[in-house]
Amino acid sequence: MNLRDDQIERYSRQIILPNVGGKGQEKLLKAKVLIIGAGGLGSPCALYLASAGIGRIGIVDSDAVELNNLQRQILHATKDVGRPKVESAKERLCAINTDIEIIPYKLRLTSENILDIIKEYNIIVDGSDNFPTRYLVNDACVFSKKPLSHGGIFRFDGQAITIIPGVSACYRCLFPEPPPPGLVPSCQEAGILGAVAGVIGTIQANEVLKYILGVGNLLAGKLLVFNALDSSFRQVKVPRDSKCPICSENPTITKLIDYEEFCQLRRKESNEA
Amino acid sequence: MSIKVRIPTPLQKLTKDKADVLAEARDIRELIENLEKNFPGIKSRLCDEKGGLRRFINIYVNEEDIRFLNLDKTLLKDGDEVSIIPAIAGGAK
Ligand SMILES: [Zn+2]
Repeated sequence: MNLRDDQIERYSRQIILPNVGGKGQEKLLKAKVLIIGAGGLGSPCALYLASAGIGRIGIVDSDAVELNNLQRQILHATKDVGRPKVESAKERLCAINTDIEIIPYKLRLTSENILDIIKEYNIIVDGSDNFPTRYLVNDACVFSKKPLSHGGIFRFDGQAITIIPGVSACYRCLFPEPPPPGLVPSCQEAGILGAVAGVIGTIQANEVLKYILGVGNLLAGKLLVFNALDSSFRQVKVPRDSKCPICSENPTITKLIDYEEFCQLRRKESNEA
Repeated sequence: MSIKVRIPTPLQKLTKDKADVLAEARDIRELIENLEKNFPGIKSRLCDEKGGLRRFINIYVNEEDIRFLNLDKTLLKDGDEVSIIPAIAGGAK
């Protein structure tokens, strides 16, 4: 692949980085990244990945844009209210970068469709907003040996971890099972500052770029914990669990599980944070 | 011995919105009992009916997960910092 003049110009500020160069840019242009959720986490992540020239970006989301999304879901604009999120996401990303391909998936991920969708991609970004999807995505990535950037937000807290199946801990090594109904605060009690989603979604984009470029140290085997109120970033160690229900030598989970949505207040279809 | 404990947002209702609290304890078991005494209800958020730690919430001594140390018998020393970290899934809908 030879970079065209306009590509060299567009990406010049990252091509001049010693760890990127023309070779790195070619890797980015050849890369295929799937982003699950065009919401609070997926928006900043998709914007940075599209700008950086990731050649193909898939975006999964079954929802339409609502006015109350715009406070944090910066892919979408006021005129997009009522449109499918994947449509407005595609339009916005193509407007930023004409050089890349955006593949919209207007659907909800299930045990039936997820393996087929992720198999086309080099790395997966989880920006979903619910436990059933998060565990489904982790398990599917473990089964398919697909790297996964996981990000989660709750009020002023954020978390991120990168999972390299077979090499570093998976999400079930960290938290073996999702919480049962009633043990997590109801969605009514939740809330989020848009900038907190921006911090974590941007960290996820950065993890993807490092993975594709093969530079630096990933958040693999490490959970990054962000607190917005005291602006603190901390890391804790996440070893692989020899008793992990899915990625250990003797797994107890051998097929994908569709967990029930546990939040009574939001039964409607949604994949994004 | 006073141990600083970091309380995650979802549990701060129980600690009167405090993100950091102090607990007197020589090990994690004592720490949980001490927290429960000061902040009733917190133990059931951390442990199941049989007293085992819940599988979607972790306790770290400094940066180590106690599941990979000595579980609730993990010893604490002066200056240790304990963090409680739950699985979070978003919830921004
Ligand atoms: Zn695992």
